[in-house]
Amino acid sequence: MTSLPALPTPKKLGLVIDLDTCVGCHACVVNCKEWNTGGYGAALSDQDPYGAEVSGAWLNRVHSFEVVPDGEVVGEAGEARIVHFPKSCLHCENAPCVTVCPTGASYKRADDGIVLVEEDKCIGCGLCAWACPYGAREMDLAAGVMKKCTLCIDRIYNETLEETDRTPACVRTCPANARHFGDLGDPESEVSKLVAERGGIDLMPEQGTRPVNKYLPPRQRKPLSASAGLLPEDTSDATGLFGWLDKMLDRI
Amino acid sequence: MKPRERVALSRPVADEVRKTTCYMCACRCGINVHIKDGKIRYIEGNRDHPVNRGVLCAKGSAGIMQHYAPARLRAPLKRVGPRGSGQFQEISWEEALSTATEWLGAVRANDPRKLAFFTGRDQSQSLTGFWAQQFGTPNYAAHGGFCSVNMAAAGIMTIGGAFWEFGAPDWERTKLFVMFGVAEDHDSNPIKMGIARLKKRGARFVSVNPIRTGYSAVADNWIGIRPGTDGLLILSVVHELLKARRIDVDYLVRYTNATWLVIDAPGTAEHGLFARDGEGRPLIHETVTERVVPLGTRGARAALSGRVQLGDGRFAVPSFQLLAEKYLDEKYAPEAVAAETGVRPETIRGLAGEIARVAFEEEIFIGQPWVDMNGQRHQGYVGRPVSFHAMRGLSAHSNGFQTARALHMLQVLIGAVDCPGGFRFEPPYPKPMSAHPTPHGKAEHFGSNTPLAGPHLGFPRGPEDLLIDANGRPARIDKAFSWDAPFAAHGMMHMVIANAHAGDPYPIDVLFMYMANMAWNSSMNTAGTIRMLEDKDEKTGEYRIPKIIYSDAYASEMVAYADLVLPDTTYLERYDCISLLDRPISEPDAVQDAIRWPVLEPDRDVRPFQTVLLDIGARLNLPGFSDGHGRPLYKDYADYIVRHERRPGIGPLAGFRGREGDKAGRGAANRGQLQRYIENGAFFSAHIPMEAQFFKHANQAYQDFAVRMGFFDTPQPVTFQLYQESLQKFRLSAEGVREPVAPETHRERIMQSFDPLPDWYRPFGEAMVDQKEFPYHAITQRPAAMYHSWGSMNAWLRQIHTRNPLYVPGPICDELGLRDGDWAWVSSHHGRIKVEVARMEAVNASTLWTWNAIGKRAGTWALDRDVPEARKGFLLNHLISELLPPREGGLRLSNSDPVTGQAAWYDLRVSIEKADAGPVSEPQLTPVAQPEPEPHPSELRYGQEWAQ
Repeated sequence: MTSLPALPTPKKLGLVIDLDTCVGCHACVVNCKEWNTGGYGAALSDQDPYGAEVSGAWLNRVHSFEVVPDGEVVGEAGEARIVHFPKSCLHCENAPCVTVCPTGASYKRADDGIVLVEEDKCIGCGLCAWACPYGAREMDLAAGVMKKCTLCIDRIYNETLEETDRTPACVRTCPANARHFGDLGDPESEVSKLVAERGGIDLMPEQGTRPVNKYLPPRQRKPLSASAGLLPEDTSDATGLFGWLDKMLDRI
Repeated sequence: MKPRERVALSRPVADEVRKTTCYMCACRCGINVHIKDGKIRYIEGNRDHPVNRGVLCAKGSAGIMQHYAPARLRAPLKRVGPRGSGQFQEISWEEALSTATEWLGAVRANDPRKLAFFTGRDQSQSLTGFWAQQFGTPNYAAHGGFCSVNMAAAGIMTIGGAFWEFGAPDWERTKLFVMFGVAEDHDSNPIKMGIARLKKRGARFVSVNPIRTGYSAVADNWIGIRPGTDGLLILSVVHELLKARRIDVDYLVRYTNATWLVIDAPGTAEHGLFARDGEGRPLIHETVTERVVPLGTRGARAALSGRVQLGDGRFAVPSFQLLAEKYLDEKYAPEAVAAETGVRPETIRGLAGEIARVAFEEEIFIGQPWVDMNGQRHQGYVGRPVSFHAMRGLSAHSNGFQTARALHMLQVLIGAVDCPGGFRFEPPYPKPMSAHPTPHGKAEHFGSNTPLAGPHLGFPRGPEDLLIDANGRPARIDKAFSWDAPFAAHGMMHMVIANAHAGDPYPIDVLFMYMANMAWNSSMNTAGTIRMLEDKDEKTGEYRIPKIIYSDAYASEMVAYADLVLPDTTYLERYDCISLLDRPISEPDAVQDAIRWPVLEPDRDVRPFQTVLLDIGARLNLPGFSDGHGRPLYKDYADYIVRHERRPGIGPLAGFRGREGDKAGRGAANRGQLQRYIENGAFFSAHIPMEAQFFKHANQAYQDFAVRMGFFDTPQPVTFQLYQESLQKFRLSAEGVREPVAPETHRERIMQSFDPLPDWYRPFGEAMVDQKEFPYHAITQRPAAMYHSWGSMNAWLRQIHTRNPLYVPGPICDELGLRDGDWAWVSSHHGRIKVEVARMEAVNASTLWTWNAIGKRAGTWALDRDVPEARKGFLLNHLISELLPPREGGLRLSNSDPVTGQAAWYDLRVSIEKADAGPVSEPQLTPVAQPEPEPHPSELRYGQEWAQ
């Protein structure tokens, strides 16, 4: 068993993911893979990469769900929609993946709350993956160690990068501006304000994991049919229109 | 410090960053390629780049796996087994180039039209087109004919430009954005960035698309329209706007041909054409003095309605009157179109209501004075912040040209073209149809060892410009610019193989193609196309298409059908230019172009196709490529990019010209030009002055800027052509009253589809089949993480889409008892396929769909033969015929738009029935042997050497 740091950590670094603009394009997924396969810890391997059983280790995946909402206004009532749902480690305050780790390889950093795996200590037992209710950890089959989102710890503190680039790869690359990074422990941070403004939510709060990452729900939509009355009900024929045009021409 | 804190947090990412242009799709984003130990460590978006501003999509981020893919070709190949067997022998470049030169030289001397040279999704068309012109064959085009020529041609013929390369929504200011049928890999980063920006501002985003994936998934409102009926929806919105008088009259009078008088003399050769004076100036009805005067007469108050007698006694009416009368007809009322479109009347009214409200009640004013082409000074720019974007969903139907015309007309009626918040042109557009060439390729345009008399592609002004012989037969192998497809401005690549095989209009000797997977996903009737490539003449035993030269970087399905393979480099190993002479990357506020350069050296015996083309051009002694004595004018493509001049001072790149590199647009060649591009992040950008940024079609400062930059040599303002006179000329020919008269076989079709005002008619693919027998539509969508067939050889991208189910609307599943994972037969009038199905609700109720080009032929792309892409993936292409069903008398015309020849992919109608379970999709074609690809690993650990 591994202990969590004293809570709360001074900083709670994490992601805010906007489900209103995520189009499910997988930019974050692939950019995460290419950054991290040459970065922190072992490469993110791919098995049978050109064969029938292709699979690989990824730190971030997008799941797409189809929902037919009832009640909520999401456009036209009762209309089905697709929700694209990116998911990576949520850097929980009460991280079950850490407390379950038999070797101390999984840990939560005391100063910023990032949950990491120290790969040298990881024995690849997979208990943490079982313990994580979000399925956010993936075993690297080549290295035999557990891989997970590091919040790009080798970017966000990397002094060789320009300051503006010290952000996780997924955030930097997201074309739809659906990913935001910051300190969710600071109520004045941009991400905290965004969460407050847009009613950001915890994923599966009933699990008691107290995730740091937050999701912004889709914005409310107003059906087009609500605007059907905007046009004046003018049933004049072409002759009427031409009369009106004549008056308009006088004003030009 | 505790041991666990010992993470190296500040490791330098790489040894060097090289900035170039992405080519994982057609977007042309700027990328920073981080190089470490001579390998790619990381690819990210270039923050300074105007296209993507730092972001990068899944495809771009997977560039590493594309660059190192085992499917890369390694050396020139000569076919040694039968076509399609995949049996090749590696040969030297010298042998490859001399073989190509020998084949092509004989054609050029004997009959240049026996070369058909067609390129796919390449970005070097200003070179390939020039080469083909110097060669002298009339048979050249790129892939636009099977992509989006309807949108491009309709845009140019209506407003002088269209979407993507020609213009874009004003993302910063638009308050209502309406998108029709756009592939999720089209202009993908700019669109995603734009949607995010407008949502942040609280602007509304409406998506019209039968399928609610991708962009549509985040739209505020989704209109799940029935495929092929978008034109009717748009015209219904126009009907509502006209009825409610929510149109911009001032804008129409200033910038369009609404006031131009149209001759009303039925049965004569000039009926429906514009009345003109002796100098060719259109006439208008001046209502103060009650006289007919030429356009441009000072102080004239032009009528928009009213029949008037011309000096010659004939009568005429302003074109706007014809427009208004047409669309006020109750057949365009929302109630009247609801059943056909599948869109509820109140939704159509709501869409029209929102368009009207935002355009006229949320007007934007930018207080920047400017002067129009008449010398009139304006206090500022009036913006109608409604913008649109559309692409293949509208285009890829046989009524797509008219539908795209309708969308452009709608934008003009509300005054939203090139204004703040609307659709904005990107330089060098707008460009009126009159500034485009007419097509060249008639018999008098070419001959033995002679360049073609002018550019291949252009816009006929009327039937007199068609590329046909005295008997009305097509001059081009693809029948572009014939009566079959008069405005085929991008050619008809999808017809080349079928026509060449049939020897109709004539047989060819050499088929030369670049980067076009015509033996698979880029052809209709894929299995049939393959048979045509394999078919031999019974008498001679020779292939019906005798010689095929093909260039590609990867072992695509098409490679197996080549006789000679010229292996290209990857996009990171060569020079390219994204030129203003072709399809540049300009933004509404700036003129921009870009380059690629070799950020890595090839490790195989491959050469950039463009350099190879220059080499062959020199060997053939083509003017512009050789000094006439067999010596090449250019060392390689980089040298050509820098030194080639199309007109004095105008070359492939606009930036850093002049001896000092300080000239933009026009200027002497600068030997240091490419280095300057590289230092600047591989692109060039010149801002348009503020007084020139809007209403470019009529803005004096912009027109002067365009001349200064070298887009044109004289100003080329555009008057928007709501009423299109060139189309009417074809109708007069079809009526038999104007020379040249249309052949009987084409008259009815031209009368139906060449309305000079935007129109809707039922797509041919739907109208010509029994709708009870084939009750559903079947279409493809392009996933955001793949670009056509390029993604499946990519170890990362193929994990996102490893196979493609057929998505079936829930009610159809219920009716047929289909569940996820069941199999079904899907049939069309042309063929049938067996596929795995998945249920979906967020889709038009009569539309089945799947992802494009995931399915692969076994044995290609260096994938194992038993991959899911080959076993379970499939193509809809097998259901789509390149020909329409036969008409009376057996005539079969191509499955294309009758105006532009655009491939009508989305007209497909099908039936579906439950099938026995798997295990494989059908048809399964025989596997292809790999042309000796690199051996591929069973496991990848990319970057492991850099692990901490």
